[in-house]
Amino acid sequence: MIKKLLIANRGEIALRVIRACKELNIPTVAVYSVADALSLHVRFADEAVCIGPADSKNSYLKMAQIISAAEVTNADAIHPGYGFLAENADFAQMCEDNEIIFVGPKPIAIRTMGDKAQARETVKKAGVPIIPGSETVVKNSEEIKRFAEIHGYPIILKASAGGGGRGMRIVRQIAELENAYSNAREEAQKAFGNSDLYVEKLIEDARHIEVQIIGDNYGNIIHLGERECSIQRRHQKLIEESPSPVVDAELREKLGKIAIRAAKAVKYTSAGTIEFLMDKKRNFYFMEMNTRIQVEHPVTEMVTGIDLVKEQIRLARGEKIPKWMKKFNLRGHAIECRINAENPAKNFLPSPGKIQVFHAPGGPGTRMDTHVYAGYEIPSHYDSLLGKLITHGKDRMEAIIRMERALDETIVEGVPTTIPFHKAILKNEAFRTGDFNIAFLNNFKF
Amino acid sequence: MRPEKILELVKILESHEIDEIEISRWGQRIRIAKKSNAQAPAEVEITPAPHKAKKIQQQLAETVTFESKPAVTEEFNHKGVEVKSPIVGTFYRAPAPDAESYVNIGDSVAVGQPLCIIEAMKIMNVIEAEIPGKVVKILVENTQPVEYNQTLFIIEKE
Repeated sequence: MIKKLLIANRGEIALRVIRACKELNIPTVAVYSVADALSLHVRFADEAVCIGPADSKNSYLKMAQIISAAEVTNADAIHPGYGFLAENADFAQMCEDNEIIFVGPKPIAIRTMGDKAQARETVKKAGVPIIPGSETVVKNSEEIKRFAEIHGYPIILKASAGGGGRGMRIVRQIAELENAYSNAREEAQKAFGNSDLYVEKLIEDARHIEVQIIGDNYGNIIHLGERECSIQRRHQKLIEESPSPVVDAELREKLGKIAIRAAKAVKYTSAGTIEFLMDKKRNFYFMEMNTRIQVEHPVTEMVTGIDLVKEQIRLARGEKIPKWMKKFNLRGHAIECRINAENPAKNFLPSPGKIQVFHAPGGPGTRMDTHVYAGYEIPSHYDSLLGKLITHGKDRMEAIIRMERALDETIVEGVPTTIPFHKAILKNEAFRTGDFNIAFLNNFKF
Repeated sequence: MRPEKILELVKILESHEIDEIEISRWGQRIRIAKKSNAQAPAEVEITPAPHKAKKIQQQLAETVTFESKPAVTEEFNHKGVEVKSPIVGTFYRAPAPDAESYVNIGDSVAVGQPLCIIEAMKIMNVIEAEIPGKVVKILVENTQPVEYNQTLFIIEKE
């Protein structure tokens, strides 16, 4: 049983969890930093506890403060939302040690999936396809040559210490190999003081396809279809939809089966997401698992009619996945646009400030999850997400047109937002026909 | 609603520190609001509302350092200083249930002198005075929960 639930988060997701709790008749406790005293989650929760100063390191990330807040309010469950402590195995463990229900998976599942190498190893053993790569650092170009002979070109060399594209080289044919190898090593040495490289098969023109799964405490795990999240800017998803324009019923079944296999490998017991890269030939490869509710969960909710946050809470208090859920039907099509306080004309510069005028859209098939209101001051300490606009239509085209209509209705004055950028994407021919991949925004002119 | 009644409401609005009044009655609704000034008055409400976020928190606290035991203190008026809780937990005035309170109203305290205990996660955190002075107000009842930045004591500088 859950008698009172504390939400260890802020912004729209905190509000989302409060809404789920209200519908489940569970009293809620909000926690907030001094910068969020006037935030809606503080207002809508039954109780609220200030847990620290504006910087999240000393508030929303301060585990002891949050556990204390649960103790003083007698909350017996904590929902971590996404971000902050949502994928922190130590926090999940701390909840368990203090006899507080952590609304999420077990600490060991978070830990395993949080470690890239370990996650790869675990799902590989379970028979989940992963991007072929050298398991360890390559010793010489001969080794890379052998790898390419087995898996085919193109391949990508990556610095094992690195990130951000440095020490990275794409090799399309054998002739380029020697050069790329020595260049990448040199670059990695300069950038990270370590010239170690590993090699992976390059998945070109890939789409980001992820599968929503949920598991209960009794070993049952089901999937709820996929989400298409290829519209990303610097790995930041901007538009998500469900179903994917390129996934049919057969492929969905296959993706779902594989995703369940990955989740079973860690005995997963909550809502979670398996992310895949899918190439043009519709081969898909495991990327990672997010052991939490995701920002884009509403699109799955809209097409399945299942309230994922409520389910998450039900599972956490020990309920079983109902039988009917296994035979879910996808109804129509849903799209989500993330509306950020960023200026698309100025390279997406974050734009904190005061919202002077705010009007949320409405009408059929329109949902807005947001924590802002007219007069709301966007703090500069947190992420720039102002809200998520979701539209649902009988098919993809209706959802798109509905989104354009809803974006037109949305009025935010006082700070620049990504709304104009969304409108431009929605007009794009390639987007409208569903012919895009994760590189879409790299070549997109705004 | 009769015009006189509305005028009356306007007067209430003007003579008090209220920004707007909204009344609904018999299906009629009237809302009277002052022109919103860009800046809301930065007032600190010091009524202890135990873990109920009804109050308008002062943004000031952003500059306050937050670590370890010393209490957060802040100028209250020309003489008084607010002692605020640095953590979330349960407030105790004494080291043990049957022990004497650390401080009472009227006591003089020295820097480093214990003022109270805040229990968080089974750990007793002793909150010490950061400035010397006289305790003029104790704003939290024994065993009450407190939140971060909640005012616990007011100490008058000597």
